[in-house]
Amino acid sequence: MKFAVSWLKDYLETEASLDDIVKTLNAVGLEVEGVESPAEKLAPFKVAEVLSAEKHPDADKLKVCKVSDGTTEMQIVCGAPNARTGIKVVLGQPGDYVPGVDFTLKKAKIRGVESNGMMCSYKELELGDDHDGIIELDTDAPVGASFVDYAKLDDPVIEIAITPNRQDCLGVYGIARDLAAAGLGALKPLDTSVVEGTFDSDVSVSIDLSADKAHACPLFIGRKFSGVKNGPSPQWLQDRLQAIGLRPISALVDITNYVSYDLGRPLHVYDAAKLNGNIVVRTAKQGETFLALDAKEYTCAGGETVIADDKDVLGFAGVIGGEDSGCTEETTDVVLEVALFDPIRTTITGREQGIITDARYRFERGVDSQFAERGMEIASRMIVDLCGGTPSRPFSAGAVPVWDKTVSFRPERVRTLGGLDLSADECVVILEKLGFRVEGSAPFTVHVPSWRVDVDGEADIVEEVLRIHGYDDIPSVQLPVIDHKAGTTLSARQKKSRAVKRVLASVGLHETMTWSFMRRDHAVLFEGGDESLVVDNPISSELDCMRPSILPNLVSAVQRNKDRGASGSALFEVGPAYRDDSEKGQQLIAAGVRAGARHERHWASPQQSVDVFDVKRDALAALDAAGAPISNLQVFAEAPGYYHPGRSGTLRLGPKNILAAFGELHPGVLRNMDIDAAVAGFEVMLENIPAQKKKSANKGALNLSNLQSVERDFAFLLSTDKAVSDLIRAVKGADKTHVEAVSVFDVYEGKGVPEGHRSIAVSVILKPVGETFSDKDIEQLSEKICAAAQKAVNAELRS
Amino acid sequence: MQEQIASLKADISQQISAAGDMAALEDVRVATLGKKGSVSGLMKGLGGMSPDERKVAGPLLNSLKVDVADEIAARKSVLEAAALEERLASERVDVSLPVMAHPSGSIHPVSQVMDEIAEIFASLGFDVAEGPDLETDFHNFTALNIPAEHPARQDHDTFYLKPDANGDRKVLRTHTSPVQIRTMLNETPPIRIIAPGRTYRSDSDATHTPMFHQVEGLVIDKDTHLGHLKGTLEAFLKAFFEVDNVTLRLRPSYFPFTEPSMEVDVQCSFDGGNVKIGDGNDWLEILGSGMVNPRVLEHCNLDPTVYQGFAFGCGIDRLAMLKYGMNDLRAFFDSDLRWLRHYGFRALDLPTLAGGFSR
Repeated sequence: MKFAVSWLKDYLETEASLDDIVKTLNAVGLEVEGVESPAEKLAPFKVAEVLSAEKHPDADKLKVCKVSDGTTEMQIVCGAPNARTGIKVVLGQPGDYVPGVDFTLKKAKIRGVESNGMMCSYKELELGDDHDGIIELDTDAPVGASFVDYAKLDDPVIEIAITPNRQDCLGVYGIARDLAAAGLGALKPLDTSVVEGTFDSDVSVSIDLSADKAHACPLFIGRKFSGVKNGPSPQWLQDRLQAIGLRPISALVDITNYVSYDLGRPLHVYDAAKLNGNIVVRTAKQGETFLALDAKEYTCAGGETVIADDKDVLGFAGVIGGEDSGCTEETTDVVLEVALFDPIRTTITGREQGIITDARYRFERGVDSQFAERGMEIASRMIVDLCGGTPSRPFSAGAVPVWDKTVSFRPERVRTLGGLDLSADECVVILEKLGFRVEGSAPFTVHVPSWRVDVDGEADIVEEVLRIHGYDDIPSVQLPVIDHKAGTTLSARQKKSRAVKRVLASVGLHETMTWSFMRRDHAVLFEGGDESLVVDNPISSELDCMRPSILPNLVSAVQRNKDRGASGSALFEVGPAYRDDSEKGQQLIAAGVRAGARHERHWASPQQSVDVFDVKRDALAALDAAGAPISNLQVFAEAPGYYHPGRSGTLRLGPKNILAAFGELHPGVLRNMDIDAAVAGFEVMLENIPAQKKKSANKGALNLSNLQSVERDFAFLLSTDKAVSDLIRAVKGADKTHVEAVSVFDVYEGKGVPEGHRSIAVSVILKPVGETFSDKDIEQLSEKICAAAQKAVNAELRS
Repeated sequence: MQEQIASLKADISQQISAAGDMAALEDVRVATLGKKGSVSGLMKGLGGMSPDERKVAGPLLNSLKVDVADEIAARKSVLEAAALEERLASERVDVSLPVMAHPSGSIHPVSQVMDEIAEIFASLGFDVAEGPDLETDFHNFTALNIPAEHPARQDHDTFYLKPDANGDRKVLRTHTSPVQIRTMLNETPPIRIIAPGRTYRSDSDATHTPMFHQVEGLVIDKDTHLGHLKGTLEAFLKAFFEVDNVTLRLRPSYFPFTEPSMEVDVQCSFDGGNVKIGDGNDWLEILGSGMVNPRVLEHCNLDPTVYQGFAFGCGIDRLAMLKYGMNDLRAFFDSDLRWLRHYGFRALDLPTLAGGFSR
């Protein structure tokens, strides 16, 4: 919402400075988004006269002008076609800044001829787009006067943001009312005197709506004007509209726009000669069409509230009027419409038809139902004043809706809800200034004015009092201290997520955050893309589906980094992946990728590419940090299809509960995504990790044995179709009392090992209990281990 | 005898000094003190001597044996020291060679800021609540007093999923406020929560991305008022920006779910493109807040004549930008390793009230 300060002062008697106006607007909740003040930037420019204009000796299109500002004469070279002797111009002199070209003038020689300034165009002064020539002022413009004063530019334009609840401030009058209530001046009364009609209109209106749609248009007031002259509107009106970015069209149309911005009262005018019979408010039939004022043809879906005549639809009620029934310069008889339309139906029609207009904007926020008749008189007066003609007596259909809204208000709520100690009297004063009528003693009965459709409860009344008084006086108070046990702030799930992030960062992965949505065709590659997760109105086709996995986003990030010259990427993200659109379908996943070399090229270490074991290690680190019992996990050589089938696996707790998947990404999937790097990744399903039993912080005393452990090595021949993890499990389980740890220190396949087998070198730490091992003890343990390995995976000791 | 011994000793001494390495010295030792060595041979001769001869020769030979042993030991130390010198010289490396750094990743600034926020609010008695990203219309709008076709909905640029068989369609939550609803529906006051998380709006420029992060705050009990909101926000912003003082400006505004509603500006200065919070002549809009609208309480089955409280919502990415100086929100979600290294935090940079939030 924009308005010039002079416009505001039509209604607000005030001496307040621009600064104070801006401050007060902000303080009452009318947020100032900008102030345009052409006066400031154009202050140095003067009215001047061209005394002579001769052709430049060396340039056909340039003229050498003698210009006078009343005190001095100067020579200026000018390229404008209209530069000629005798015209009055706007002069800028060396040192003046020309805003439209972002340039400070200085003395110059143009094609060898000295030039001491510039005669400006509208565009150069940011006063319009006109750049066809220099500004020609009226011949009576006083030479030497300030251009700002002469052109009355000292009228700043303020733009404010209006929150959806404040329809009353979509008119300058409402803004003045708020400022007056806040103590900035006095609100001037509106002239709503009646314009007497002199004849009965031959056009009438009816509302033809079924009972369930009667609310769509409770009231339609019309008035006919005969013999009007619809030329351009007067300059002051054009100036006001132009200052707020509206294009003047013709007096009648400008009046409707003006009243809309002046009083928040949308109007419409019809050329009476173009109406076929009478006006009717009805619902549209499917397929009815009309050409609207925006020069587009609209087709009714059926059910919209429309204004029609006996033949055609004329426009969407409260949204847009029709071109064919619109007023032109030839219009002599006009019908004015002042109506009430339902906010929701207006919104729906506007949204579904894709039309945004000032009228829709106001109706969907709810216009003042009690102001229709006065609005009619104000508009009538303007029409008669500016266009002449004779007004008919008003005609109408429907009735002014009853407005009787009261709220019970306990003034102490300003303190107990608003935190500000204000007397009941002060509250009443503020409310009355805003137009509320306060009745009785506390609790008061507060009558809400009809322009405040947003106010309907005690909290709203408290807000009105606070906002006009000002929030600055509310003292800060600390919340009382409450019992809050350490460690209860975060849920177990949040703690897991935090711990996993920190550990993954510490093992060299960079945390990133990527969109929750992605390309559907890529989602399909990652077992997603389900219809239920497709975004109906995506911002781009690249982001049209909720991600089934974080990996594709990370894989794409790898490629982007590679394209930027990174030799390798190590990224992770802890965030949601979506299985379906239910609450449980959103899962918290920690996913990571590694690609390229394990590390930069380095003299001390040969460069190696990352592989499945790097990401398995990451997955285990994450699981450990999240509290998963990693020593109990089973490794399955099965993983989702987007992993390399031979180089991937899952970590499970029991056969069904998959805690993590890891592996190199399937080359086919990468190819489909146009990724030219090999990538390995992992996904840890944090929510699948069972909750840890609440343990005491106390870990108990630790008794460490002084007896020395013994390390024994075994080389087993293991069939290639058996898993090493099963061998390890068997060795570990061979004697749970004495086998302390098992590790694999060599894997060999090739010469000396039978076909279809691998040699797995295992180191076992044996822990004595009670007394040190004898040779016989160790021999017996070794036999047990070999027997267990043999039984479990048919592993033979290599001879 | 005496001359013979003296001559032998001189001879041996000369051999010892001449021994250039450990092997040569060992040869001397074997040739003298070894079983068949010259000194050992003389010692053996003692047995065949008369007691008187032995009395004279014994000490002489013993002394010879000890002297030779000492000289060999002394020579051995010298040779060992020389050998060590030589070895050390040969083991010299160029310590100026660059080493391979320990692997180091980083924590995304949004995670870090979320941790900072949780830490501050933990000290004020708040818990961290969460809710799903794919919300129902009820939680995201209706329960928050934003009915269908309300103009406030248009400001939200909402993303929707495709309608299901019943015609219902899920909303990508446009704010973290639905977590308020979920919390109030499931818990009895007193309630103090913050709810950080992902939010979505169809918007894209340097300060808007289709996905971003918000944190919601909610306090519900019987007597919390606007003064508490002001005090809480001051405490939070002071701690977060690590400044001694913040001055807030509350501007009346409108959110359907709060009444009264206000936007909160914080006093700041813009110095060479850098925002400094805490003093200055400018104001920076930082969050929206207000007292929970009684209708919202009713939607959550709380009696608005008994319960009241405040709520606020704030952009986490924006807080991060203000505090850590990023100028383009889109880069937050681009995974550029150069950006992540520059703006990311070390794994062990855990924000704590005791240790501070930034280094």
